[in-house]
Amino acid sequence: MSILKIDQLECRHGLLVAVRGISFSLAEGEILALVGANGAGKTTLLRTIAGAHKPAAGSVWFDGADVTGLRAHKRVQRGIALVPEGRRLFTDMTVEENLKVAGAHGRKGAWNLATVLEAFPQLKPKLKARAGDLSGGQQQATAIGRALMTNPRLLLLDEVSLGLSPLAVDQVYASLGGLMGSGTTIIIVEQDLSRAISVSSRVICMLEGAIALEGASTSLDREAITAAYFGLHRQSEHAG
Amino acid sequence: MSSGAILNATGLTKRFGALVVLNQVDFVIAPGEAIGIVGPNGAGKTTLLNVLSGAYPPSAGTVNFQGQDVSRLDAAERNRRGIARSHQVPRPFGGMTVFENLHVAAAIGGNLHGDAASARCIESLELCGMTRLANRRAETLGLLDRKRLEMARALATGPQLILLDEIGGGLTDGEAAELVKIIRAINGSGVAVVWIEHIVHILLQVVTRLVCMDAGRILAEGDPRAVMTNPEVISAYLGSSAEAVS
Repeated sequence: MSILKIDQLECRHGLLVAVRGISFSLAEGEILALVGANGAGKTTLLRTIAGAHKPAAGSVWFDGADVTGLRAHKRVQRGIALVPEGRRLFTDMTVEENLKVAGAHGRKGAWNLATVLEAFPQLKPKLKARAGDLSGGQQQATAIGRALMTNPRLLLLDEVSLGLSPLAVDQVYASLGGLMGSGTTIIIVEQDLSRAISVSSRVICMLEGAIALEGASTSLDREAITAAYFGLHRQSEHAG
Repeated sequence: MSSGAILNATGLTKRFGALVVLNQVDFVIAPGEAIGIVGPNGAGKTTLLNVLSGAYPPSAGTVNFQGQDVSRLDAAERNRRGIARSHQVPRPFGGMTVFENLHVAAAIGGNLHGDAASARCIESLELCGMTRLANRRAETLGLLDRKRLEMARALATGPQLILLDEIGGGLTDGEAAELVKIIRAINGSGVAVVWIEHIVHILLQVVTRLVCMDAGRILAEGDPRAVMTNPEVISAYLGSSAEAVS
């Protein structure tokens, strides 16, 4: 049975339709890379799955139940956690406080302060530091750690690498390595296509709010994804 | 080419504090040309448009428009001289009708009044396919019609150059085709168009030259198809294919 089912989901921002009737499902333990240009609807889709954005139509099913009407904190309790674009930490709180706040409101499970610090050792010396004073890489580690503290079954990672130095990106992915393959279902938005393909089992490429291409990561080549990403195959359809 | 250019920008640089968003960019526009600008997030596309339109003064470099240095002129003055633009988020005067919105533009940007202003407004409405909406209050318009109004308002100022900032976002396929038709018509009337757009396939239906920016510089320019298949351009969006991933 699929852990997540998205059915005919449509999401709007005022007059703008950001997600246009998307449907797909994910099996438990799958890692889905979501790629697409700016404005393709990736972030809106993740936020809608997390309950942070109310869809205009369609439904989100998690673990066999329709959660479309559930608020974000209720979805966290069921096991959906979002690492938002831009991290969105509680900047005036310490790293430890950020992590503990999440831990107090999630599910019980293997992730706790000790195991999160084991996965992200770079946070150990920063526990008492104000989250707003951390480097970008440390903030991203805290944001992912905060999501893990809720013991998610579905982890949504939005723009993991954005604004990080190449070294910080490597560090974050090294820490994620243990998580991937541990059975946690993950949807990851990543601009670096080689990395997206290498960490995922499946790729969905979005274009203007719809799915332009979908397939197993091993079956899709860079050229096919690039064409879908830019919608290059569409030009000949419209030409004239 | 630069001698016959309508706009000639050289060494354009824009800094925000320590951040260099636009780095020594040279940009030439021929009269009546249609140019597309693409590039990943943060490449400096909108900043380039802002420096060309006068929304920001450049930190260094010059903008020559129709043979005159306009680098230090503000956006309103550049608009009066023939540079108009649209914004990513249309902000019409919501309580005014479409026609009234255009009238404001014709008067302030085009220095036209009375019958001459009305004639310009009618012409702009026709070109943008929104004559039937002339008496509608702007706040009641849907997304495509707001974008139409954004372009008609720019046209009402009587520009020789129109700068379009991501005007294609959020449209259905049918609406996007409609938008393409309008931009072609604007360009066909002799107005040069510079169009920033993420939706590449609609851009390629209009422009004859494509510029790809990355990290504040021009990474590639030329034939649109050649630019979009340039490996450096693809890497700027999607990372390098040769890069080792651990």
